[in-house]
Amino acid sequence: MTITVIFVYLALILVVGTMSHKLFRGTGEDFFVASRSFGSFLLLMSLFGANMTAFAILGASGEAYHSGIGVFALMASSSGLIIPTVFYFVGTRLWSLGKRLGYLTQIQYFRQRYDSDFLGLVLFFVISALMIPYVLVGFMGSGITLSQTTNGQLPEWLGGLIVCGVTLAYVTYGGMRGTVWVNTLQVLVFMTFGLAAFFVVFNKFGGIEAGMQMVADKHPDLLIRGKHITPLQLLSYTCIPLSVGMFPHMFLHWLTAKRASTFRYTLVFYPLCIAVVWLPSVLLGVLGSVDFPDLKGPAANSVLARMIELHAPGVLAGFLAAGVLSAIMNSMDSQTLAMGTMFTQDIVRHYGFHDKMSEKQQVLYGRLFIVTIIVGTYLLSLVVDRSIFRISVWTFTGFAAMFPVVFAAVFWKRSTKYGALASVFSVAALWLYFFTNKIEDVGGGMMPVALFLAVSTVAMVIGSLLTKPPAPEILQKFFPGDGAIAAEKVVSSAHSRAAA
Amino acid sequence: MKNASARGLLYVGLFVLYLLHNDLWYWNDGRLVLGLPIGLLYHFGFSVASSVLLFLLVRHAWPRHLEVETEEESRS
Repeated sequence: MTITVIFVYLALILVVGTMSHKLFRGTGEDFFVASRSFGSFLLLMSLFGANMTAFAILGASGEAYHSGIGVFALMASSSGLIIPTVFYFVGTRLWSLGKRLGYLTQIQYFRQRYDSDFLGLVLFFVISALMIPYVLVGFMGSGITLSQTTNGQLPEWLGGLIVCGVTLAYVTYGGMRGTVWVNTLQVLVFMTFGLAAFFVVFNKFGGIEAGMQMVADKHPDLLIRGKHITPLQLLSYTCIPLSVGMFPHMFLHWLTAKRASTFRYTLVFYPLCIAVVWLPSVLLGVLGSVDFPDLKGPAANSVLARMIELHAPGVLAGFLAAGVLSAIMNSMDSQTLAMGTMFTQDIVRHYGFHDKMSEKQQVLYGRLFIVTIIVGTYLLSLVVDRSIFRISVWTFTGFAAMFPVVFAAVFWKRSTKYGALASVFSVAALWLYFFTNKIEDVGGGMMPVALFLAVSTVAMVIGSLLTKPPAPEILQKFFPGDGAIAAEKVVSSAHSRAAA
Repeated sequence: MKNASARGLLYVGLFVLYLLHNDLWYWNDGRLVLGLPIGLLYHFGFSVASSVLLFLLVRHAWPRHLEVETEEESRS
């Protein structure tokens, strides 16, 4: 019965994704950003859905199983404040620039803002390299979920393959519109069934208080932060949500907004949506320590699926699995669509066809690259065995550390391409060193992301101040209204310093 | 409230809220309040407070010039 429910749900997703194709206008802009036509509700659903990954559902519960309730403070409540704040300061401004100047990818923006093809190319490779593990956790999560909730009837490799096929179908056929329609359905499903799972499972324990009391009796350390998390770790984790400023799929979703005011509801409701999803995940992860006390390392990623299978078998298990799959798929689809868009616009179109590429060709290349990414990452997921939470944190670390690049591009007129390059290269070097040496603590529990961010900021500032300021026409283009004054001011002050 | 002063106050509010995220005072407190560990309940409340502050931000400090700039550019 569980399998039937899951397959009916996946079929429903395909129907919704396919229906969106009826509105397809046949242009690259429509395929990649749905002709910049979405209103408040769809923007909230798509931005929230794109950010809620296997990390939020399975990773959070798995990490809460080991580290307790502090996981909510680490990632959920800080994200609820910082992510909408980034949308407010950066997202709205990039939306405005994207609409005015017709951008489809963040690399197009950086390339023109810093007048550098080389920077665009470097960013393409760095961003693509960081996105692969992020997509990877989706496949790992879907395989685990389907295997656990069907009691092993669907092995992990087959679960991942099924999700791979469904995602591939609606993203390549429906483009951004199909992705966002499906995302909206998925967000509603995973929020509804996530809450249902929460209440059904806790009901078996006699209510929330009774369940928490059992945890207090057996594992009281899971109800405090204690030694699981240090104050410096909590503080430095607040850097992680800055990653949304550099995620290519976030940029793509920002561009779909009809107008700047479309962002308003997203800002207000985002913290609440995060809390509604993470609170049950964390509590169920903590409660899992009562039923399954001996899960080691990455095995804890499956604690939520195990709880569902144990306490809510049958139809409800199918619905709950569908909810978890929704959370996983609605980030994978955005990520692969963003990578397909980058490859088409920033590599094929920019270097191969310039502006001679037809709308039909743009869509075709986008689809081909999406297929390559999805199939390649699926194959990789069959041989990787690391904690979903840890893989995700490393991905977030890389993107968050590059935040100074986007922040300076938007707000600091004096920033230059050399500053941006220094920032990106410093992040790449630090990331490779720390990741390969598995250094997850730089002292007192502080996360590497804090150090990366500091170095990246210093590199941006020094690299910019030591090099020639941007040309006045660049400033006029990117800082309309005060651009002319700013350009004169920046250039004249730089000249005065040079003369002195 | 004038727009500029409202904006300034709300930006300070964002920073204060960010500081309040580091609740060292509940670090080792395992009491259950309303059925939830108090450290978790605090951060749930923090999420609600974030939503309220962001509501005030979009209400009193919205970057309306972005809308105008985009429309002017589209017309030209």
